[in-house]
Amino acid sequence: MNAVIENIRAQFPYLESTARDGRPLVYMDSAATSQKPRSVISCMSSWLAEANANVHRAIYGLAAEATDHYEAGREAVRSLLNAASKDEIVLTSGTTASINLLANTFGAKYIKAGDEILVSEGEHHSNLVPWQMLCERSGARLRFIPVDGNGEWDLREAERILSEGMVRLVSAAHISNVLGIVNPVEDLVAMAHRHGAAVHLDGAQGIVHEEVDVRRIGCDFYSFSGHKLYAATGSGVLYGRKDLLETLPPWMGGGEMVDTVTFQKTTYAPVPLRFEAGTPNFISAATLKPAIDFVTSIRIPEVRSNEKEMTSYLISEMNAIDGLRLYGTGGRKCPLLSFTVDGAHHSDIATLLDKMNIAVRSGLMCSEPLIGKFGRTGMVRVSLGPYNTLEECEYLIKSLRRTVKMLR
Amino acid sequence: MEATVQDVQQEIVDEFSAFDDWMDKYEYLIELGKSLPVIDEKNKQEDRLIKGCQSRVWLNTELRDGRLYFTADSDAIITKGIISLLIRVYNGRTPEEILAADNSFIDRIGLKENLSPTRANGLVSMMEQIREDALRYSKEQ
Repeated sequence: MNAVIENIRAQFPYLESTARDGRPLVYMDSAATSQKPRSVISCMSSWLAEANANVHRAIYGLAAEATDHYEAGREAVRSLLNAASKDEIVLTSGTTASINLLANTFGAKYIKAGDEILVSEGEHHSNLVPWQMLCERSGARLRFIPVDGNGEWDLREAERILSEGMVRLVSAAHISNVLGIVNPVEDLVAMAHRHGAAVHLDGAQGIVHEEVDVRRIGCDFYSFSGHKLYAATGSGVLYGRKDLLETLPPWMGGGEMVDTVTFQKTTYAPVPLRFEAGTPNFISAATLKPAIDFVTSIRIPEVRSNEKEMTSYLISEMNAIDGLRLYGTGGRKCPLLSFTVDGAHHSDIATLLDKMNIAVRSGLMCSEPLIGKFGRTGMVRVSLGPYNTLEECEYLIKSLRRTVKMLR
Repeated sequence: MEATVQDVQQEIVDEFSAFDDWMDKYEYLIELGKSLPVIDEKNKQEDRLIKGCQSRVWLNTELRDGRLYFTADSDAIITKGIISLLIRVYNGRTPEEILAADNSFIDRIGLKENLSPTRANGLVSMMEQIREDALRYSKEQ
Protein backbone atom coordinates (compact mmCIF):
# COMPACT_ATOMS: atom_id res chain seq x y z
CA MET A 1 0.00 0.00 0.00
CA ASN A 2 1.47 3.36 -0.86
CA ALA A 3 1.89 6.16 1.67
CA VAL A 4 -0.81 8.38 0.13
CA ILE A 5 -3.52 5.74 0.47
CA GLU A 6 -2.26 4.85 3.93
CA ASN A 7 -2.59 8.50 4.93
CA ILE A 8 -6.16 8.59 3.58
CA ARG A 9 -7.06 5.43 5.47
CA ALA A 10 -5.71 6.98 8.66
CA GLN A 11 -8.42 9.65 8.32
CA PHE A 12 -11.28 7.11 8.42
CA PRO A 13 -12.23 5.84 11.88
CA TYR A 14 -14.60 3.18 10.45
CA LEU A 15 -11.54 1.06 9.75
CA GLU A 16 -10.98 0.71 13.49
CA SER A 17 -14.56 0.67 14.71
CA THR A 18 -15.76 -2.07 12.34
CA ALA A 19 -12.86 -4.46 12.84
CA ARG A 20 -13.73 -8.09 13.51
CA ASP A 21 -11.03 -10.34 14.92
CA GLY A 22 -8.59 -7.50 14.46
CA ARG A 23 -9.35 -7.16 10.75
CA PRO A 24 -11.07 -4.03 9.49
CA LEU A 25 -14.25 -4.32 7.46
CA VAL A 26 -13.62 -4.31 3.73
CA TYR A 27 -16.17 -1.65 2.83
CA MET A 28 -17.08 -1.78 -0.84
CA ASP A 29 -20.48 -0.07 -0.88
CA SER A 30 -19.39 3.53 -1.23
CA ALA A 31 -21.89 4.15 -4.03
CA ALA A 32 -24.64 3.65 -1.44
CA THR A 33 -22.96 5.91 1.08
CA SER A 34 -19.38 6.89 1.71
CA GLN A 35 -17.55 6.44 4.96
CA LYS A 36 -16.75 9.68 6.80
CA PRO A 37 -13.35 11.21 7.40
CA ARG A 38 -12.47 12.35 10.90
CA SER A 39 -12.67 16.02 9.83
CA VAL A 40 -16.37 15.67 8.99
CA ILE A 41 -17.15 13.76 12.17
CA SER A 42 -15.34 16.21 14.42
CA CYS A 43 -16.87 19.28 12.75
CA MET A 44 -20.30 17.80 13.15
CA SER A 45 -19.85 17.03 16.80
CA SER A 46 -18.20 20.34 17.65
CA TRP A 47 -20.87 22.35 15.84
CA LEU A 48 -23.58 20.46 17.64
CA ALA A 49 -21.85 21.29 20.89
CA GLU A 50 -20.66 24.81 20.19
CA ALA A 51 -22.48 26.39 17.25
CA ASN A 52 -26.04 25.14 17.45
CA ALA A 53 -28.62 27.84 16.75
CA ASN A 54 -31.22 28.09 14.01
CA VAL A 55 -29.87 29.63 10.83
CA HIS A 56 -31.04 32.71 8.87
CA ARG A 57 -33.32 33.86 11.67
CA ALA A 58 -32.01 35.28 14.91
CA ILE A 59 -29.70 38.19 15.57
CA TYR A 60 -27.55 36.88 18.44
CA GLY A 61 -23.96 35.85 17.95
CA LEU A 62 -24.41 32.10 18.13
CA ALA A 63 -27.07 32.20 15.41
CA ALA A 64 -24.75 34.24 13.22
CA GLU A 65 -22.00 31.68 13.76
CA ALA A 66 -24.30 28.79 12.84
CA THR A 67 -25.44 30.68 9.74
CA ASP A 68 -21.80 31.23 8.78
CA HIS A 69 -21.11 27.49 8.95
CA TYR A 70 -24.24 26.75 6.92
CA GLU A 71 -23.32 29.32 4.29
CA ALA A 72 -19.72 28.06 4.21
CA GLY A 73 -21.17 24.69 3.18
CA ARG A 74 -23.02 26.42 0.35
CA GLU A 75 -19.91 28.30 -0.75
CA ALA A 76 -17.85 25.09 -0.74
CA VAL A 77 -20.44 23.54 -3.08
CA ARG A 78 -20.38 26.59 -5.34
CA SER A 79 -16.64 26.36 -5.61
CA LEU A 80 -16.68 22.57 -6.21
CA LEU A 81 -19.18 22.97 -9.05
CA ASN A 82 -17.61 26.19 -10.34
CA ALA A 83 -21.06 27.77 -10.24
CA ALA A 84 -21.22 31.48 -10.99
CA SER A 85 -22.96 32.41 -7.75
CA LYS A 86 -23.82 31.03 -4.32
CA ASP A 87 -27.43 31.88 -5.12
CA GLU A 88 -27.44 28.98 -7.58
CA ILE A 89 -26.90 26.44 -4.78
CA VAL A 90 -30.11 25.21 -3.12
CA LEU A 91 -29.38 23.09 -0.06
CA THR A 92 -31.68 20.07 0.24
CA SER A 93 -31.70 16.80 2.16
CA GLY A 94 -30.25 14.77 -0.71
CA THR A 95 -30.49 13.95 -4.41
CA THR A 96 -34.00 12.55 -4.10
CA ALA A 97 -35.22 15.73 -2.43
CA SER A 98 -33.46 17.83 -5.07
CA ILE A 99 -35.16 15.99 -7.91
CA ASN A 100 -38.56 16.12 -6.25
CA LEU A 101 -38.05 19.85 -5.72
CA LEU A 102 -37.22 20.26 -9.38
CA ALA A 103 -40.16 18.14 -10.53
CA ASN A 104 -42.53 20.22 -8.40
CA THR A 105 -41.17 23.66 -9.34
CA PHE A 106 -39.93 23.31 -12.92
CA GLY A 107 -42.87 20.97 -13.44
CA ALA A 108 -45.40 23.52 -12.16
CA LYS A 109 -43.93 26.32 -14.25
CA TYR A 110 -42.96 24.69 -17.52
CA ILE A 111 -44.61 21.26 -17.96
CA LYS A 112 -48.12 20.93 -19.31
CA ALA A 113 -50.23 18.21 -20.92
CA GLY A 114 -48.64 16.88 -24.09
CA ASP A 115 -45.11 17.96 -23.15
CA GLU A 116 -42.38 15.38 -22.82
CA ILE A 117 -39.68 14.64 -20.26
CA LEU A 118 -36.71 12.61 -21.44
CA VAL A 119 -34.80 10.33 -19.08
CA SER A 120 -32.53 7.37 -19.80
CA GLU A 121 -33.29 3.70 -19.20
CA GLY A 122 -30.42 3.65 -16.72
CA GLU A 123 -31.91 5.91 -14.07
CA HIS A 124 -32.05 5.34 -10.34
CA HIS A 125 -35.68 5.26 -9.12
CA SER A 126 -35.09 8.73 -7.65
CA ASN A 127 -34.62 10.12 -11.14
CA LEU A 128 -37.59 8.22 -12.53
CA VAL A 129 -40.44 8.13 -10.03
CA PRO A 130 -40.67 11.94 -9.47
CA TRP A 131 -41.02 12.36 -13.26
CA GLN A 132 -43.64 9.62 -13.48
CA MET A 133 -45.54 11.43 -10.72
CA LEU A 134 -45.21 14.72 -12.57
CA CYS A 135 -46.47 13.10 -15.78
CA GLU A 136 -49.47 11.75 -13.91
CA ARG A 137 -50.25 15.19 -12.49
CA SER A 138 -49.69 17.17 -15.65
CA GLY A 139 -50.58 14.86 -18.52
CA ALA A 140 -47.02 15.03 -19.82
CA ARG A 141 -45.30 11.98 -21.24
CA LEU A 142 -42.07 10.26 -20.23
CA ARG A 143 -39.64 9.22 -22.98
CA PHE A 144 -36.47 7.15 -22.67
CA ILE A 145 -32.93 7.26 -24.04
CA PRO A 146 -32.20 3.58 -24.73
CA VAL A 147 -29.25 1.94 -22.96
CA ASP A 148 -27.47 -0.66 -25.10
CA GLY A 149 -26.06 -4.04 -24.06
CA ASN A 150 -22.78 -2.44 -22.99
CA GLY A 151 -24.61 0.08 -20.85
CA GLU A 152 -24.09 3.03 -23.17
CA TRP A 153 -26.70 5.61 -24.22
CA ASP A 154 -28.09 5.56 -27.71
CA LEU A 155 -27.62 9.27 -28.42
CA ARG A 156 -28.95 8.98 -31.96
CA GLU A 157 -32.28 7.87 -30.57
CA ALA A 158 -32.11 10.71 -28.03
CA GLU A 159 -31.61 13.16 -30.89
CA ARG A 160 -34.52 11.64 -32.77
CA ILE A 161 -36.84 12.02 -29.77
CA LEU A 162 -35.63 15.58 -29.12
CA SER A 163 -36.15 16.53 -32.75
CA GLU A 164 -39.86 15.80 -32.40
CA GLY A 165 -39.86 19.04 -30.43
CA MET A 166 -41.99 18.08 -27.44
CA VAL A 167 -39.26 17.47 -24.85
CA ARG A 168 -39.09 20.31 -22.29
CA LEU A 169 -36.69 18.72 -19.84
CA VAL A 170 -34.00 16.06 -20.04
CA SER A 171 -33.03 14.45 -16.73
CA ALA A 172 -30.26 11.86 -16.76
CA ALA A 173 -27.57 10.36 -14.58
CA HIS A 174 -24.03 11.64 -14.92
CA ILE A 175 -22.85 8.18 -13.82
CA SER A 176 -25.26 5.25 -13.46
CA ASN A 177 -25.36 3.74 -9.97
CA VAL A 178 -25.52 0.25 -11.51
CA LEU A 179 -23.27 0.46 -14.54
CA GLY A 180 -20.59 2.88 -13.33
CA ILE A 181 -20.16 4.37 -16.78
CA VAL A 182 -19.42 8.07 -17.11
CA ASN A 183 -22.14 9.15 -19.50
CA PRO A 184 -21.49 11.66 -22.33
CA VAL A 185 -23.36 14.42 -20.55
CA GLU A 186 -21.77 17.32 -22.42
CA ASP A 187 -22.97 15.88 -25.74
CA LEU A 188 -26.43 15.35 -24.29
CA VAL A 189 -26.61 18.90 -22.92
CA ALA A 190 -25.56 20.44 -26.24
CA MET A 191 -28.07 18.30 -28.11
CA ALA A 192 -30.94 19.07 -25.72
CA HIS A 193 -30.25 22.80 -25.82
CA ARG A 194 -30.25 22.76 -29.64
CA HIS A 195 -33.79 21.44 -29.37
CA GLY A 196 -34.88 23.90 -26.70
CA ALA A 197 -34.99 21.50 -23.75
CA ALA A 198 -33.50 22.22 -20.31
CA VAL A 199 -31.18 19.63 -18.76
CA HIS A 200 -30.91 18.28 -15.22
CA LEU A 201 -28.11 15.88 -14.34
CA ASP A 202 -28.41 13.43 -11.46
CA GLY A 203 -24.91 13.70 -10.07
CA ALA A 204 -25.28 11.39 -7.05
CA GLN A 205 -22.44 9.23 -8.38
CA GLY A 206 -20.95 11.72 -10.83
CA ILE A 207 -19.90 14.29 -8.25
CA VAL A 208 -17.89 11.63 -6.41
CA HIS A 209 -15.81 10.49 -9.36
CA GLU A 210 -15.69 13.41 -11.80
CA GLU A 211 -14.50 16.97 -11.63
CA VAL A 212 -17.78 18.71 -12.30
CA ASP A 213 -17.76 22.18 -13.80
CA VAL A 214 -21.41 23.06 -14.37
CA ARG A 215 -20.51 25.95 -16.66
CA ARG A 216 -18.33 23.78 -18.86
CA ILE A 217 -20.91 20.98 -18.96
CA GLY A 218 -23.55 23.62 -19.58
CA CYS A 219 -26.34 21.86 -17.70
CA ASP A 220 -29.20 23.90 -16.25
CA PHE A 221 -29.52 21.81 -13.07
CA TYR A 222 -27.24 19.39 -11.24
CA SER A 223 -28.11 17.52 -8.07
CA PHE A 224 -26.21 15.35 -5.62
CA SER A 225 -26.19 14.03 -2.06
CA GLY A 226 -23.70 15.03 0.60
CA HIS A 227 -23.56 11.60 2.21
CA LYS A 228 -22.05 9.92 -0.84
CA LEU A 229 -19.44 12.69 -0.90
CA TYR A 230 -18.10 12.11 2.64
CA ALA A 231 -20.47 14.65 4.27
CA ALA A 232 -23.12 13.80 6.84
CA THR A 233 -26.44 12.25 5.82
CA GLY A 234 -29.30 14.63 5.23
CA SER A 235 -27.29 17.08 3.17
CA GLY A 236 -27.87 17.57 -0.52
CA VAL A 237 -27.68 20.02 -3.34
CA LEU A 238 -29.69 21.27 -6.25
CA TYR A 239 -27.64 23.53 -8.47
CA GLY A 240 -29.75 25.63 -10.81
CA ARG A 241 -28.74 28.32 -13.31
CA LYS A 242 -29.73 31.53 -11.55
CA ASP A 243 -31.83 33.10 -14.31
CA LEU A 244 -33.81 29.87 -14.63
CA LEU A 245 -34.02 29.20 -10.89
CA GLU A 246 -35.46 32.68 -10.39
CA THR A 247 -38.40 31.89 -12.64
CA LEU A 248 -39.46 28.89 -10.55
CA PRO A 249 -42.23 29.07 -7.95
CA PRO A 250 -41.65 27.78 -4.42
CA TRP A 251 -42.75 24.25 -3.59
CA MET A 252 -42.92 23.81 0.16
CA GLY A 253 -44.09 26.76 2.21
CA GLY A 254 -43.09 27.96 5.65
CA GLY A 255 -40.00 29.02 7.57
CA GLU A 256 -37.55 31.47 6.06
CA MET A 257 -38.62 31.02 2.45
CA VAL A 258 -40.71 34.19 2.58
CA ASP A 259 -40.31 37.88 1.95
CA THR A 260 -43.44 39.24 3.63
CA VAL A 261 -46.46 37.38 4.90
CA THR A 262 -49.90 38.79 5.58
CA PHE A 263 -53.04 36.85 6.40
CA GLN A 264 -54.01 37.10 2.75
CA LYS A 265 -50.82 36.81 0.80
CA THR A 266 -47.15 35.98 0.93
CA THR A 267 -44.31 37.17 -1.22
CA TYR A 268 -41.33 34.92 -1.39
CA ALA A 269 -37.66 35.20 -0.58
CA PRO A 270 -35.17 35.35 -3.42
CA VAL A 271 -33.36 32.19 -4.53
CA PRO A 272 -31.99 29.99 -3.06
CA LEU A 273 -33.78 30.52 0.28
CA ARG A 274 -37.16 30.44 -1.50
CA PHE A 275 -36.63 26.70 -1.85
CA GLU A 276 -35.38 26.06 1.68
CA ALA A 277 -38.62 25.96 3.67
CA GLY A 278 -38.50 25.04 7.33
CA THR A 279 -35.40 24.59 9.44
CA PRO A 280 -32.81 23.11 7.13
CA ASN A 281 -30.51 20.31 8.26
CA PHE A 282 -27.93 22.99 8.92
CA ILE A 283 -25.43 20.88 10.83
CA SER A 284 -25.25 18.29 8.04
CA ALA A 285 -25.17 20.98 5.37
CA ALA A 286 -22.24 22.63 7.14
CA THR A 287 -20.27 19.35 6.92
CA LEU A 288 -20.23 19.86 3.15
CA LYS A 289 -17.33 22.22 3.76
CA PRO A 290 -14.90 19.76 5.44
CA ALA A 291 -16.17 17.03 3.11
CA ILE A 292 -15.39 19.09 0.02
CA ASP A 293 -12.01 20.06 1.48
CA PHE A 294 -11.33 16.33 1.77
CA VAL A 295 -12.52 15.72 -1.81
CA THR A 296 -10.22 18.44 -3.08
CA SER A 297 -7.31 16.93 -1.17
CA ILE A 298 -7.75 13.51 -2.77
CA ARG A 299 -8.10 14.68 -6.37
CA ILE A 300 -4.49 13.77 -6.99
CA PRO A 301 -2.78 11.36 -9.40
CA GLU A 302 -1.92 8.80 -6.68
CA VAL A 303 -5.59 8.33 -5.79
CA ARG A 304 -6.66 8.21 -9.43
CA SER A 305 -4.04 5.60 -10.27
CA ASN A 306 -4.97 3.51 -7.23
CA GLU A 307 -8.61 3.54 -8.39
CA LYS A 308 -7.63 2.66 -11.92
CA GLU A 309 -5.38 -0.15 -10.79
CA MET A 310 -8.06 -1.63 -8.52
CA THR A 311 -10.75 -1.34 -11.20
CA SER A 312 -8.74 -3.00 -13.94
CA TYR A 313 -7.51 -5.69 -11.53
CA LEU A 314 -11.11 -6.49 -10.53
CA ILE A 315 -12.37 -6.52 -14.11
CA SER A 316 -9.70 -8.94 -15.29
CA GLU A 317 -10.00 -11.21 -12.22
CA MET A 318 -13.80 -11.23 -12.39
CA ASN A 319 -13.77 -12.05 -16.08
CA ALA A 320 -11.69 -15.11 -15.18
CA ILE A 321 -14.43 -16.49 -12.89
CA ASP A 322 -16.54 -19.03 -14.73
CA GLY A 323 -20.11 -17.79 -15.28
CA LEU A 324 -19.47 -14.31 -13.93
CA ARG A 325 -21.00 -11.57 -16.03
CA LEU A 326 -20.12 -7.89 -15.68
CA TYR A 327 -22.60 -5.19 -16.70
CA GLY A 328 -21.72 -1.82 -18.14
CA THR A 329 -18.58 -2.78 -20.00
CA GLY A 330 -18.67 0.07 -22.51
CA GLY A 331 -17.35 3.59 -22.03
CA ARG A 332 -15.19 5.03 -19.30
CA LYS A 333 -15.75 3.30 -15.95
CA CYS A 334 -15.60 4.68 -12.45
CA PRO A 335 -14.61 2.17 -9.74
CA LEU A 336 -18.08 0.63 -9.60
CA LEU A 337 -18.74 -2.88 -10.90
CA SER A 338 -22.03 -4.78 -11.01
CA PHE A 339 -22.12 -8.47 -11.81
CA THR A 340 -24.04 -11.72 -11.64
CA VAL A 341 -22.69 -15.26 -11.41
CA ASP A 342 -24.52 -18.14 -13.12
CA GLY A 343 -25.73 -20.66 -10.56
CA ALA A 344 -25.12 -18.35 -7.58
CA HIS A 345 -27.78 -15.94 -6.41
CA HIS A 346 -26.79 -12.34 -5.75
CA SER A 347 -28.17 -12.29 -2.20
CA ASP A 348 -26.37 -15.53 -1.34
CA ILE A 349 -23.10 -14.09 -2.64
CA ALA A 350 -23.55 -10.91 -0.58
CA THR A 351 -24.51 -12.94 2.52
CA LEU A 352 -21.40 -15.10 2.33
CA LEU A 353 -19.11 -12.16 1.55
CA ASP A 354 -20.51 -10.45 4.64
CA LYS A 355 -19.45 -13.51 6.64
CA MET A 356 -15.96 -12.88 5.28
CA ASN A 357 -16.17 -9.25 6.47
CA ILE A 358 -16.76 -7.70 3.05
CA ALA A 359 -19.62 -5.24 2.55
CA VAL A 360 -21.06 -5.19 -0.97
CA ARG A 361 -24.50 -4.27 -2.27
CA SER A 362 -26.90 -6.79 -3.77
CA GLY A 363 -30.39 -6.70 -5.18
CA LEU A 364 -32.17 -4.25 -7.42
CA MET A 365 -30.15 -1.20 -6.33
CA CYS A 366 -33.17 1.09 -6.76
CA SER A 367 -32.92 0.51 -10.51
CA GLU A 368 -35.46 -2.20 -11.18
CA PRO A 369 -36.22 -1.28 -14.81
CA LEU A 370 -32.55 -1.26 -15.81
CA ILE A 371 -31.77 -4.55 -14.08
CA GLY A 372 -34.90 -6.05 -15.65
CA LYS A 373 -33.69 -4.89 -19.05
CA PHE A 374 -30.61 -7.05 -18.55
CA GLY A 375 -32.97 -9.94 -17.72
CA ARG A 376 -31.98 -10.08 -14.03
CA THR A 377 -33.79 -9.93 -10.71
CA GLY A 378 -30.75 -8.48 -8.99
CA MET A 379 -27.00 -8.04 -9.17
CA VAL A 380 -24.03 -7.73 -6.85
CA ARG A 381 -22.30 -4.36 -6.83
CA VAL A 382 -18.79 -3.56 -5.71
CA SER A 383 -18.14 0.18 -5.41
CA LEU A 384 -14.84 1.52 -4.20
CA GLY A 385 -13.79 4.64 -2.35
CA PRO A 386 -10.46 6.39 -1.83
CA TYR A 387 -9.90 4.28 1.29
CA ASN A 388 -9.92 0.95 -0.59
CA THR A 389 -6.72 -0.84 -1.49
CA LEU A 390 -5.49 -3.37 -4.00
CA GLU A 391 -4.93 -5.79 -1.11
CA GLU A 392 -8.62 -5.53 -0.25
CA CYS A 393 -9.50 -6.21 -3.90
CA GLU A 394 -7.31 -9.31 -3.84
CA TYR A 395 -9.09 -10.46 -0.69
CA LEU A 396 -12.45 -9.80 -2.38
CA ILE A 397 -11.53 -11.96 -5.38
CA LYS A 398 -10.28 -14.78 -3.15
CA SER A 399 -13.47 -14.61 -1.08
CA LEU A 400 -15.67 -14.40 -4.15
CA ARG A 401 -14.10 -17.54 -5.58
CA ARG A 402 -14.70 -19.33 -2.28
CA THR A 403 -18.30 -18.07 -2.20
CA VAL A 404 -19.08 -19.25 -5.71
CA LYS A 405 -17.60 -22.65 -4.94
CA MET A 406 -19.80 -22.99 -1.84
CA LEU A 407 -22.96 -22.04 -3.70
CA ARG A 408 -22.68 -24.14 -6.80
CA MET B 1 -46.33 -37.12 22.59
CA GLU B 2 -46.05 -34.89 19.56
CA ALA B 3 -43.16 -32.41 19.55
CA THR B 4 -44.32 -28.85 20.12
CA VAL B 5 -43.25 -25.83 18.06
CA GLN B 6 -40.81 -24.98 20.87
CA ASP B 7 -39.41 -28.52 20.88
CA VAL B 8 -38.62 -28.43 17.18
CA GLN B 9 -37.15 -24.93 17.47
CA GLN B 10 -34.91 -26.10 20.33
CA GLU B 11 -33.89 -29.14 18.28
CA ILE B 12 -32.74 -26.83 15.48
CA VAL B 13 -30.90 -24.55 17.91
CA ASP B 14 -29.08 -27.61 19.29
CA GLU B 15 -28.17 -28.80 15.82
CA PHE B 16 -26.67 -25.45 14.93
CA SER B 17 -24.75 -25.15 18.18
CA ALA B 18 -22.66 -28.09 16.99
CA PHE B 19 -21.09 -25.97 14.26
CA ASP B 20 -17.80 -24.36 15.14
CA ASP B 21 -17.77 -21.60 12.59
CA TRP B 22 -20.01 -19.76 10.18
CA MET B 23 -18.66 -21.72 7.20
CA ASP B 24 -20.02 -25.02 8.47
CA LYS B 25 -23.30 -23.38 9.41
CA TYR B 26 -23.79 -21.87 6.00
CA GLU B 27 -22.68 -25.02 4.22
CA TYR B 28 -25.40 -26.85 6.15
CA LEU B 29 -27.97 -24.18 5.20
CA ILE B 30 -26.96 -24.41 1.57
CA GLU B 31 -27.32 -28.19 1.75
CA LEU B 32 -30.78 -27.81 3.31
CA GLY B 33 -31.68 -25.31 0.61
CA LYS B 34 -30.61 -27.66 -2.13
CA SER B 35 -32.61 -30.56 -0.70
CA LEU B 36 -35.86 -28.64 -0.18
CA PRO B 37 -38.37 -30.02 -2.69
CA VAL B 38 -38.69 -27.55 -5.49
CA ILE B 39 -42.13 -26.17 -6.30
CA ASP B 40 -43.37 -27.08 -9.72
CA GLU B 41 -43.00 -24.07 -12.03
CA LYS B 42 -46.75 -24.22 -12.73
CA ASN B 43 -47.47 -23.83 -9.02
CA LYS B 44 -45.31 -20.73 -8.74
CA GLN B 45 -48.32 -18.48 -9.06
CA GLU B 46 -47.82 -14.75 -9.24
CA ASP B 47 -50.21 -14.25 -6.32
CA ARG B 48 -48.08 -16.54 -4.13
CA LEU B 49 -44.86 -14.77 -5.04
CA ILE B 50 -43.39 -12.74 -2.23
CA LYS B 51 -41.24 -10.31 -4.10
CA GLY B 52 -38.31 -8.84 -2.25
CA CYS B 53 -35.50 -6.51 -3.16
CA GLN B 54 -32.99 -9.25 -2.39
CA SER B 55 -34.66 -12.54 -3.19
CA ARG B 56 -37.97 -13.95 -4.30
CA VAL B 57 -39.98 -16.45 -2.30
CA TRP B 58 -42.99 -18.54 -3.31
CA LEU B 59 -45.24 -19.92 -0.61
CA ASN B 60 -48.25 -22.21 -0.95
CA THR B 61 -50.38 -22.94 2.09
CA GLU B 62 -52.92 -25.74 2.39
CA LEU B 63 -55.33 -26.56 5.18
CA ARG B 64 -55.99 -30.28 5.77
CA ASP B 65 -57.91 -31.56 8.82
CA GLY B 66 -57.42 -28.31 10.65
CA ARG B 67 -53.67 -28.25 10.11
CA LEU B 68 -51.57 -26.12 7.78
CA TYR B 69 -49.08 -27.52 5.26
CA PHE B 70 -46.57 -25.38 3.44
CA THR B 71 -44.57 -25.73 0.28
CA ALA B 72 -42.13 -23.00 -0.55
CA ASP B 73 -39.28 -22.08 -2.84
CA SER B 74 -36.82 -19.27 -3.34
CA ASP B 75 -34.35 -18.27 -6.01
CA ALA B 76 -31.70 -17.77 -3.31
CA ILE B 77 -30.29 -20.95 -1.80
CA ILE B 78 -29.53 -19.63 1.70
CA THR B 79 -33.03 -18.19 1.90
CA LYS B 80 -34.30 -21.60 0.84
CA GLY B 81 -32.28 -23.23 3.60
CA ILE B 82 -33.88 -20.99 6.19
CA ILE B 83 -37.29 -21.63 4.63
CA SER B 84 -36.77 -25.35 5.10
CA LEU B 85 -36.16 -24.70 8.82
CA LEU B 86 -39.38 -22.68 9.05
CA ILE B 87 -41.32 -25.41 7.27
CA ARG B 88 -39.84 -28.00 9.62
CA VAL B 89 -41.14 -25.96 12.56
CA TYR B 90 -44.56 -25.04 11.19
CA ASN B 91 -45.68 -27.86 8.91
CA GLY B 92 -48.71 -29.76 10.22
CA ARG B 93 -49.45 -27.23 12.96
CA THR B 94 -52.84 -25.73 13.68
CA PRO B 95 -53.33 -22.05 12.82
CA GLU B 96 -53.52 -21.30 16.57
CA GLU B 97 -50.15 -22.92 17.23
CA ILE B 98 -48.58 -20.87 14.47
CA LEU B 99 -50.10 -17.63 15.69
CA ALA B 100 -48.85 -18.29 19.20
CA ALA B 101 -45.26 -19.06 18.11
CA ASP B 102 -42.33 -16.68 17.85
CA ASN B 103 -39.33 -16.93 15.58
CA SER B 104 -36.61 -16.02 18.01
CA PHE B 105 -34.89 -19.33 17.26
CA ILE B 106 -33.65 -17.79 14.01
CA ASP B 107 -31.82 -15.25 16.14
CA ARG B 108 -30.58 -17.96 18.50
CA ILE B 109 -28.95 -19.89 15.66
CA GLY B 110 -27.14 -16.72 14.59
CA LEU B 111 -29.05 -15.96 11.41
CA LYS B 112 -30.55 -12.72 12.59
CA GLU B 113 -28.95 -10.65 9.84
CA ASN B 114 -30.97 -12.62 7.31
CA LEU B 115 -34.07 -11.22 8.94
CA SER B 116 -33.14 -7.58 8.87
CA PRO B 117 -36.18 -5.58 7.88
CA THR B 118 -34.69 -4.17 4.70
CA ARG B 119 -37.18 -3.22 2.06
CA ALA B 120 -39.26 -6.25 1.19
CA ASN B 121 -36.91 -8.85 2.59
CA GLY B 122 -38.44 -11.99 1.09
CA LEU B 123 -37.88 -14.09 4.19
CA VAL B 124 -39.44 -11.59 6.59
CA SER B 125 -42.38 -11.20 4.23
CA MET B 126 -42.70 -14.98 4.09
CA MET B 127 -42.99 -15.24 7.86
CA GLU B 128 -45.62 -12.53 7.79
CA GLN B 129 -47.42 -14.45 5.06
CA ILE B 130 -47.39 -17.66 7.13
CA ARG B 131 -48.98 -15.76 10.02
CA GLU B 132 -51.49 -14.08 7.74
CA ASP B 133 -52.49 -17.42 6.25
CA ALA B 134 -52.79 -18.89 9.75
CA LEU B 135 -54.96 -15.98 10.83
CA ARG B 136 -57.20 -16.32 7.76
CA TYR B 137 -57.67 -20.06 8.27
CA SER B 138 -58.26 -19.67 12.00
CA LYS B 139 -61.16 -17.35 11.18
CA GLU B 140 -62.54 -19.66 8.48
CA GLN B 141 -62.69 -22.65 10.78
